[in-house]
Amino acid sequence: MARKLPRKDVVIVGLGWTGSILANELTDEGLDVVAIERGPWRNTATDFNVGYMQDELRYAIRKDLFLRPAQSTLTFRNNVEQEALPIREFGSFLPGNGVGGAGVHWNGQTWRFLPSDFRCRSHLSERYGEKFIPDELTIQDWGVTYEEMEPYYDKFEYLAGVSGKAGNINGKRQDGGNPFEGARARDYPLPPLDMTYGPKLFAEGAREAGYHPFPQPAANASRSYTNTLGVEMGACSYCGFCERFGCANYSKASPQTTILPVLMRKPNFECRTNSEVVRINLDRSGKRATGVTYVDAQGQEWEQPGDLVLVCAFILFNVHMLLVSGIGKPYDPKTATGTVGRNYTYQTYAGVEMFFDNKNFNPFIATGAIGQCIDDFNGDNFDHSGLDFVGGAGIMCASTNARPIATRPTPPGTPRWGSTWKKATTDNYLSSLYLNAQGGSYATRGNYLDLDPTYKDRLGRPLLRMTFDFPDNDIRMISYVTRKAEEIAKVMTPRQIVPHYRTKPYSVVPYQSTHNIGGAIMGSDPKTSVVNKYLQSWDVPNVFVIGASAFPQNAGYNPTDTVGALAYKAADAIRNLYLKNEGPLVPA
Amino acid sequence: MKKISGSSLSRRQFLASTAVSILFTSTSGSLARSFSGQLPWSPFAGDPPTPVRPGPWLFFTHDEAQTIEAIVDRIIPADDLSIGGKDAGCAVFIDRQLAGFFGNFERLYMKGPFAKGFPQQGLQSPILPTQRYRAGLAALDDYCRTTFSGRAFSALALPEQDKVLQELENGSIDLDDADTKTFFELVLQNTMEGFFADPIYGGNKDMVSWKMIGFPGARYDYRDFVGNHNQPYPLPPVSIMGRGDWGGKG
Ligand SMILES: Cc1cc2nc3c(=O)[nH]c(=O)nc-3n(C[C@H](O)[C@H](O)[C@H](O)COP(=O)(O)OP(=O)(O)OC[C@H]3O[C@@H](n4cnc5c(N)ncnc54)[C@H](O)[C@@H]3O)c2cc1C
Ligand code: SF4
Repeated sequence: MARKLPRKDVVIVGLGWTGSILANELTDEGLDVVAIERGPWRNTATDFNVGYMQDELRYAIRKDLFLRPAQSTLTFRNNVEQEALPIREFGSFLPGNGVGGAGVHWNGQTWRFLPSDFRCRSHLSERYGEKFIPDELTIQDWGVTYEEMEPYYDKFEYLAGVSGKAGNINGKRQDGGNPFEGARARDYPLPPLDMTYGPKLFAEGAREAGYHPFPQPAANASRSYTNTLGVEMGACSYCGFCERFGCANYSKASPQTTILPVLMRKPNFECRTNSEVVRINLDRSGKRATGVTYVDAQGQEWEQPGDLVLVCAFILFNVHMLLVSGIGKPYDPKTATGTVGRNYTYQTYAGVEMFFDNKNFNPFIATGAIGQCIDDFNGDNFDHSGLDFVGGAGIMCASTNARPIATRPTPPGTPRWGSTWKKATTDNYLSSLYLNAQGGSYATRGNYLDLDPTYKDRLGRPLLRMTFDFPDNDIRMISYVTRKAEEIAKVMTPRQIVPHYRTKPYSVVPYQSTHNIGGAIMGSDPKTSVVNKYLQSWDVPNVFVIGASAFPQNAGYNPTDTVGALAYKAADAIRNLYLKNEGPLVPA
Repeated sequence: MKKISGSSLSRRQFLASTAVSILFTSTSGSLARSFSGQLPWSPFAGDPPTPVRPGPWLFFTHDEAQTIEAIVDRIIPADDLSIGGKDAGCAVFIDRQLAGFFGNFERLYMKGPFAKGFPQQGLQSPILPTQRYRAGLAALDDYCRTTFSGRAFSALALPEQDKVLQELENGSIDLDDADTKTFFELVLQNTMEGFFADPIYGGNKDMVSWKMIGFPGARYDYRDFVGNHNQPYPLPPVSIMGRGDWGGKG
């Protein structure tokens, strides 16, 4: 039997990036807030210790800081014809666990989406005609514009201390920045990171090929920085142990380095760790949440009543939470009705490997988000007339590390062991480069999330089931952009170029990205979205669902700048609209 | 909700008095905790790795150890680039990994039902690494004894060992009772882990692999070198344990 706790104004499920932002904003409003986090407490000095953080085996290979499948996982299949089986070991994506969430071990590549991305279907219809959009795609508008998002992007970037160079300030082009980006009100809070040799060569090659290179925006502080909450960050040391690791230098933006030092001092905030929320409780009408039930590490069940429930559990667990709590109508691909789980998307990657003679890139001098990029083939930045796809990809040279258990490039045909392998490994370790094509991912009718009929988690709840394969549109898109990357590689004159095209089927084995998207998408129509433009549930208005779960489809960028901006936008709506008038902020 | 904020004052006072409290008593290592009112911090808290100590095998039997030492010494043969996998400690590394949480897939989802699935669905077998090594090494030695007139793998000539390993890799040998290809891939993966991981885990003796390829190891600050394009990095590698010439164990 659940033991009942005293009521709180706000109950937050998960204390990662979005949970921390919401908690800080709403405690500023004077509300009494509790965040319930399934993983442990984590802080820099203890858990990302400079004495032993640089341990590839422990953190990158054995995945010490990530969610362990024994605690929670999902099942996976490519399509409804297959039987979904559990992801027994995480590979393709690596969800976070513990205070800070995936904000602890992300790279910090911090991108805004393009203005046209937010009006995806309208924009493409206006430019090419509705018929141009392939039938398989269920892409739609966000119900919010880039212009509405801009102040919130700004807020997240100045919280996180992002290093970069603006390409467009209030409509004025800026030399050295991304000429394709939407207008921003001001430059980045910090200048770009110093460039290593590989990205510099790529930028020269791209420029020679007629494109527009610029430094990747990085939440790795290029200088020491005092953020908007007064929290101090140290300068990044290019340590090369960034993604999959916590930062021991207080340089990578995370809840730990940007928010928690302020939030934790507030008497009206409480964080409970090692406590997993199992469901949101609803009243008899099913239209109002009364709080949540959670299970602590000792197996004791607790009921935490609250007036407002914020689901900040990362996209996959946001959708899972709605499904197990019976909030909203589950999506059914057969009839294309229902909304929860609809429009699950991902990120479409391909790349080009280059082997050079007589070059030394010192690839271990690296940060999670250092790099040079071009956006000439991203989104709808190029004319798609005459092409057989919509969408696009960024091309970047962003060597984030050269940790040797996982990163030992050798040319194709090299044996995988023995003396020949050893020689090839030694010859190529310092002198190879990789160009990434990071593409958008467009929604289809058949890609979705629901509950698995067979497999259960350790608490007996059904696992989330993922049904996903790359849409043919996205395969054509990424192949096109990969050919462009190959052309730039040629300009760079390596000894050998090895393209890695993306093919079907999608596999959950090799790491691709933890950019899972959708399933509780935002929009202006309750028939095709789960939350309104403020991320408020259409069905249960005192529940907000925050995260990349709200993106109707994915753009050719990493998600977190947009996730952070949406979190601020939701917080703003709660503070300035919802608290004045509890109830639906947009009439259904 | 404003109305409730008023009444929450008493809650706040209550909370302020319980800055960090263990919510509920228990003997478990990962307690549910409540934090409020300050950043929790305790001196000397930390979770450093436990260095592997030399000593008797923890998982392998004497015979198994002989076989795995011979295998890792062919996967990473001694030549003018480095010492061999055995001297580098790869077998010790694997032994200690199998004796730890990796050996029984403690962190993975191991609930049934088990089905074969498609390759893109990833690992689906209920067989644990410890079981795979036990069965695989035994089957390999049986195969060798049958094929090479009574000699176990470690007693074969080096070219014969290479040939057997190649055949395991490409699947042309089918070991009874063991999924040959999966077994080979596991051994290859773990050997490479041992060779390239921090020496603290028992392999990569004296940072031999890092010296070979030019990886500086656990150094954490390259700010002075970012702009030195196309120039060799001048400093030797360090491990989490430091370097031999610092006087500690390197
Ligand atoms: C390896 C890696 C690299 C990445 N690199 C980048 C990058 O370079 N750029 C970029 O933009 N993005 C990147 N990301 C993605 C980025 O980390 C996420 O977008 C971001 O953290 C999402 O914030 P969130 O609040 O939605 O989820 P999280 O930050 O993950 O927080 C969710 C929290 O909820 C908790 N939780 C979940 N379920 C429950 C429950 N039932 N009860 C209690 N607590 C629960 C989790 O434990 C977690 O702490 C990366 C992610 C990973 C893993
Ligand atoms: S690369 Fe920079 S930001 Fe990333 S972990 Fe290292 S010091 Fe921190």
